[in-house]
Amino acid sequence: MNHLVLVGAAAGLLVAMSLFLLRALLGPTIYDRVLAMNALGTKTVLFVAMLGFLADRPEFLDIALVYALVNFLTTVAVLNLVQEARLDARP
Amino acid sequence: MTVAELISWVLLALGCFVALTAAVGIHRMPDFFSRIHPAGKTDTLAQMLILLALAVQAGFSPPSLKLLLISVFLLLTSPSSTHAIAQAAHLEGLEPWTKPPQEPPADTREEAAQR
Repeated sequence: MNHLVLVGAAAGLLVAMSLFLLRALLGPTIYDRVLAMNALGTKTVLFVAMLGFLADRPEFLDIALVYALVNFLTTVAVLNLVQEARLDARP
Repeated sequence: MTVAELISWVLLALGCFVALTAAVGIHRMPDFFSRIHPAGKTDTLAQMLILLALAVQAGFSPPSLKLLLISVFLLLTSPSSTHAIAQAAHLEGLEPWTKPPQEPPADTREEAAQR
């Protein structure tokens, strides 16, 4: 039963993630894309943590923690790149 | 089915619901600055609810501590990265969306409908 609920929650998260990915692909401005990818990264952290509970392997939480770190750094780095190099900032 | 499992299921369902509202909101809002609202705010709430649900399942154990660590870290970084994105867009000179011009008055619209 618990397994089933976890699978359902993971499926719901996957639907949300695919919608975020769609916004990242459509996004009129580059900031829309960065915002969507940031939110998608947070959902990925949750998804990885959930997978760890589904597979009964608590080591997955370490991956989730590192993914959270990398996600924040990626967002800030991409923003820095956009501001410094003026990469396609206009729609 | 224990009480802890029940609590965790309710929290999981709430977290998924919040994540889905964020995903729908980011498509329905008209421009970038309004899209920050669903994406940025619900981010923290969804992660807190889902990680808390998993921590309830794990009980009082090292995985629980790791989940708490992830939650606190996301609580710190998620709003600050959202703020950084908003500030970058503002500095770049992105114009916020405003209400489009009013539609013509009712009487002219009725005439158009009759035609």
